[in-house]
Amino acid sequence: MNHRRSYFIITCLAFGFAFLYIPILSMVVFSFNASKLVTVWDSANSPTLKWYASLLHNEEILDAAWISLKVAVMNASGAVILGTLAGFGLARFSQFRGRFTLNAMTTAPLVMPEVITGLSLLLLFVALEQSIGWPAGRGITTMTIGHMTFSMAYVTVVVQSRMATFDTALEEAAMDLGCRPVKVFFLITLPIIFPAILSGWLLAFTLSWDDLVISSFTSGPGSSTLPMVVFSKVRLGVSPEINVLATITITVVTLMIVGVSLWMARAEKMEKAGT
Amino acid sequence: MRRKSPYRKLGISGRGLVVALPYVWLVLFFVVPFVIVLKISFSDIDLAIPPYKPLIEWVGQNALAIRVNFNNYAFLFTDSLYINAFLNSIKVAFISTLLCLLIGYPIAYGIARSTPTARNILLLLVVLPFWTSLLLRVYAWIGLLKANGVINNVLIWLGVIHEPITMLYTPFAMYVGIVYSYLPFFILPLYANLEKMDWQLLEAAEDLGCRPWQAFYKITLPLSRNGVLAGSMLVFIPAVGEFVIPALLGGPNALMIGRVLWDEFFSNRAWPVASAVAILLLILLVPFMMWYQSVQARESAGTR
Repeated sequence: MNHRRSYFIITCLAFGFAFLYIPILSMVVFSFNASKLVTVWDSANSPTLKWYASLLHNEEILDAAWISLKVAVMNASGAVILGTLAGFGLARFSQFRGRFTLNAMTTAPLVMPEVITGLSLLLLFVALEQSIGWPAGRGITTMTIGHMTFSMAYVTVVVQSRMATFDTALEEAAMDLGCRPVKVFFLITLPIIFPAILSGWLLAFTLSWDDLVISSFTSGPGSSTLPMVVFSKVRLGVSPEINVLATITITVVTLMIVGVSLWMARAEKMEKAGT
Repeated sequence: MRRKSPYRKLGISGRGLVVALPYVWLVLFFVVPFVIVLKISFSDIDLAIPPYKPLIEWVGQNALAIRVNFNNYAFLFTDSLYINAFLNSIKVAFISTLLCLLIGYPIAYGIARSTPTARNILLLLVVLPFWTSLLLRVYAWIGLLKANGVINNVLIWLGVIHEPITMLYTPFAMYVGIVYSYLPFFILPLYANLEKMDWQLLEAAEDLGCRPWQAFYKITLPLSRNGVLAGSMLVFIPAVGEFVIPALLGGPNALMIGRVLWDEFFSNRAWPVASAVAILLLILLVPFMMWYQSVQARESAGTR
């Protein structure tokens, strides 16, 4: 293959990545700025960690982060189960009744504007509460259900594409040797698609952790998530604590993504070496 | 030849059990809610909790009355605010998609033509912003664009301008925000498509005397059509209903339908009107969603 690249393409790449990263880096830099104006550098007192300290004492943000964490963990775990089943079914069962519908229902949430999903979920919960008394009020449970509905679609895509690329010979061999389908799934398929399931879990966690719109529709009093608190603060303008929060988020995400990618690259190498 | 699934031995009931759980979940929490939205869009507004009147009511003895109210829809077509918001949303989403195409295509192309090691690192760099919160990335632009923000400060320091330029709370800021947030969604499907391309075709074209630009226009572009379409749909459809970016960067005059829906719901408590807006938005977007699904189906059929 030819790896020749023109200067034009290299320039485009450089500008493209600068566009993607300058905003992120600017948040990191100004999180160490002493000035409350955030973007006006106070060279006398900076760099400082004072906003880091003040974030750690901000009860409102910490409470919201705790709620977000609970919702995100429950959501990711539920979405992984639903999404793996759906992705597995779509990839391995070439024909079953409702395949088209299932496919459509797992594609639509990926592109559906969030305001529509959020509104429709809320109206469902209100109607359910009126008719069967469940869910009684809205909060962590309703938010988790809402998040699971759209994040399972992402898990489905990830699992389905992993299932499509691996050789079915192993599964077949096990079946021919008399293994029952359920056992084949747990002994062969699951370990092979495990990296996909893990990235699906992380993806579902992140989607939930970041979600503002669906949470706003489906949350109740006293259950504000972190994005909801951030949004109400950001609407009033920039705030140094939000820069700190962004820096922490970016650091955690970067470490996590790089770690998982390295681990997956190694697993892939070992898989290749093994076969 | 396509091999049969090794799970064919799993009987019909076994298969049913596997897909039943996600299927039922999605019907209950994704499809049924739309039916309820449709129902409420035909209800009267009421000063109660919840703020709408039931569609079906018992009137007197053994008589059921169904009141289907088209007022909410009529209202959307009489007040120019809603029509303008719809048209403006489509315009903003369309221009943003075009900008993503202009910026994203060279990036996807550049990544696809890199060495495998560089390719993995560059892809990681495209995906990484997607994992950090959208809200925080949009927030970053407030700091860059505002009057005493980074861009104005740098330009003044360089002596290019003397007065800060107003950028925040303008349509410009909104476009920047949308393109910035959705760019990875455009690059990824396009890259997945370009990655499978046979670059020898380009060499052959050049050997036969084709100029590089001509070869690109006649070979690469048509072959990457599905990637471009998938990426465009992933940008266009959600951008039409976008709420966060116009709310934070667009200023009070940024009329986007997602924002109108939000305000009708949260500020005016006009649930039936918000539902009618949602239904119209859905009717507008469903053809694009179906198009997206058929493009995806073609893409995955092409790989086998």
